[in-house]
Amino acid sequence: MSIMEHIEPRTAVAESNRIETLNLHAWFGSFEVLKGISMAIPSNGVTAVIGPSGCGKSTFIRCLNRMHEVVPNARATGQVFLDGSDLYDPSVNPAQLRRRVGMVFQKPNPFPTMSIRENVLAGLRLNGARSHAGESEAVVERSLRQAALWDEVKDIQERPGTSLSGGQQQRLCIARCLAMEPEVVLMDEPTSALDPIATSRIEELLHELKRRYTIVLVTHNMQQAARVADRTAFFYIGELIEYGITKEVFTTPAKKQTEDYITGRFG
Amino acid sequence: MLNRPGAEALFRALCLVALTIPLAMLLVLLFHTFSEAYPRISWEFIIGYPSRKPALAGLLPALAGSFYLMILTGLMALPIGLAAALYLEEYAAPSALTRIIEVNINNLAGVPSIIYGLLGLELFVRAMSLERSLVAGAATLALLVLPMVIITSREALRSVPFSYREAALALGAEKWRTLLRVVLPMSLPGILTGLILAMARAIGETAPLITIGALTYIAFLPDSLQSPFTALPLQIFNWVSRPQAEFQVNAAAGIVVLVVLLMALNGLAIWLRARLQRRVYW
Amino acid sequence: MIPHSPEGLRTKPTFLERFMKGMLASCAGLSILTTAGIVVVLVYESAALLQEVPFWRFLADTQWTPLFAEKHFGIWPLVCGTFLTTAIALFVAVPLGLLAATFLSEFAAERSRRIVKPVMELLAGIPTIVYGYFALTFVTPVLQNVIPGLASFNALSPGIVMGIMIFPIIASLSEDSLYAVPASLREAALALGASRLATVLRVVIPTAFSGVTAAVVLGFSRAIGETMIVAIAAGQQPRFTLDPRVPIETMTAYIVQVSLGDTPTGTLEYRTIFAVGLLLFLFTLAMNLVGIRLRRQIVPGTL
Repeated sequence: MSIMEHIEPRTAVAESNRIETLNLHAWFGSFEVLKGISMAIPSNGVTAVIGPSGCGKSTFIRCLNRMHEVVPNARATGQVFLDGSDLYDPSVNPAQLRRRVGMVFQKPNPFPTMSIRENVLAGLRLNGARSHAGESEAVVERSLRQAALWDEVKDIQERPGTSLSGGQQQRLCIARCLAMEPEVVLMDEPTSALDPIATSRIEELLHELKRRYTIVLVTHNMQQAARVADRTAFFYIGELIEYGITKEVFTTPAKKQTEDYITGRFG
Repeated sequence: MLNRPGAEALFRALCLVALTIPLAMLLVLLFHTFSEAYPRISWEFIIGYPSRKPALAGLLPALAGSFYLMILTGLMALPIGLAAALYLEEYAAPSALTRIIEVNINNLAGVPSIIYGLLGLELFVRAMSLERSLVAGAATLALLVLPMVIITSREALRSVPFSYREAALALGAEKWRTLLRVVLPMSLPGILTGLILAMARAIGETAPLITIGALTYIAFLPDSLQSPFTALPLQIFNWVSRPQAEFQVNAAAGIVVLVVLLMALNGLAIWLRARLQRRVYW
Repeated sequence: MIPHSPEGLRTKPTFLERFMKGMLASCAGLSILTTAGIVVVLVYESAALLQEVPFWRFLADTQWTPLFAEKHFGIWPLVCGTFLTTAIALFVAVPLGLLAATFLSEFAAERSRRIVKPVMELLAGIPTIVYGYFALTFVTPVLQNVIPGLASFNALSPGIVMGIMIFPIIASLSEDSLYAVPASLREAALALGASRLATVLRVVIPTAFSGVTAAVVLGFSRAIGETMIVAIAAGQQPRFTLDPRVPIETMTAYIVQVSLGDTPTGTLEYRTIFAVGLLLFLFTLAMNLVGIRLRRQIVPGTL
């Protein structure tokens, strides 16, 4: 496929590719959702995945942290390399890998039975990590600062996680994810359930976060991809149609399908 | 004829009557029982011991027996029932075996309680030599209410939205930890409510206890798990079966105590549910 | 503090995870053990009984006297007693239940439904011993004023009270299936000019037929297995009759009767309660499976 035109050759910059998929297929039952995706995502920066509904973009990122297979009757084949290790190797424990590849969901889902503070620490607690109070406090503050939420909640940490507004809840979920110090952060339409002001706050946040984290962002909003992403991949009916530097994909798309989608002829 | 005016009103009235007849009978039942019981209700009655003279007979051993039975039954049924519900709801893949287990549980929920008594008699009383003890009675009742506990626990687990399980898994937690720390706390109100209702069912059961041979004339309080026992419905049954009219009054009084206890348990379930629900802000 | 495993990604699910899964699975399997236990216990003792008493004696006799010196083993009196009381119960509960369900589903305001449903659950939650007491001390005397020749123990009184007891089951399950009939069917009938009554009787109820049947079947099963009401009010005289005015004995009451006495293990008398229990279990099993099957057909919405 001519995706090779927009990707640096693997051999030359293998070291800086955080994630690389090779011939990734995914099914729901007998329905093939992803038809052989091969792409390389470089370290640090935002890579956006765009495409019309049903093109497989959510399925794609859920394959990157092996959340796809959590659903009954779902399976995936192929290889996904994280810094050179294949995540789909049979000896890999999915729970382990999810601590290095974190995920933020479309609908904010802070745990209702936990306070703000407990939500941030949830990942650590759930993994059985033990720590003393001083360490926990440091983690909470660091994560909330990185999620641009610290100033708003530092005095109300004991309140329930669900007492915050929608946008704040999503930043809380981001903080919860970052507390695990992942290498990659996957975001599945993180702002589609939020109002425009909350959305722009999170987009600002992404500009900061991408300096330290590798972010893969699924979005149905092309303008958002244009605003925050360094690279953009366009998916259509389970295939990777085009992938490259965002500006190039949007201004000089190589494929007609890409151009049609971007100009709004469908989707 | 069906389209004549007035036919609908007549039918509607007929249906309403049909609805109220059993409810009216319930009221008559309650009124009759309470009025019959009135002479006997007293503090001495509740804390007294059985006697050959109806006027002196009391409920204490039966109350104690029912209380211990209820606690023991709950302690046995909850862990097993909750574990089974967790497996069926969270781990089991849809398969023929899972289907068989589910049909089996639905079927067990409909098996007459006296059959559980026969099982308890042969298995707990005879084969395991537990004799007609508290623990044998509780084990029999635990088996009886187990399907109920499993079904209500499953409903409670099902009511937790999938997104929270996803969020926990995506943080890298192993499945059992997500269940323990996220799903169970959120489904706790429903699980506890189901347990209390199961315990309420257990205190009202007579047939299985008769079958395992629980004695109906016990003049002492149970002092250990192996001790013989009686229970509130057994004592009521004993009194109802006596020909003297005086004992019927005792039976009525015993029923009043039983009904009050059940109302208290149901009230507790409702209160507990409301209280725990406040901790879960959805 | 962040638990990134030092071995990298290559660690299997912890022992604890697999252990928990195993524990939970075995608890689920316990339910199968329960059914197996019931079957084994009942069959074992019944088989032992059949070695002493040949099978034809259960079918060929119309008397049931295994506790007397002269032993007859005809099961018909007990079966008759059970079915007589059950039939009376259904005769009461089915019309009342179906009409009440129709009212709740088709005519009642939402507010009434919200009040009535919990009250019906209340009815269903009353311990059967309370119903038994009521049958013996209230219903029988009242009926004796109306029906001359009604004995103090009879089948009519417990039958009626059992009907009240299973009324919530039939009403509630029927109401579910009536409620599940799609509004579009009702609208279609009304649009053709049918009156509301005709719609209910000619369209809604027939469509919900399998659900109503399921309700009746499950109520039937409940009535067959009922013990305390009949043990208290129906009597202990096995009789091969369909006369509701005389004392009879049901299968369940017989088991109670023997259990109250001092019957040593392993004797013939002891074994008879398991044989009767087996018969009872088979009846209710058949009814429950039919009822579950029927309900699964209607609940997903396919009518």
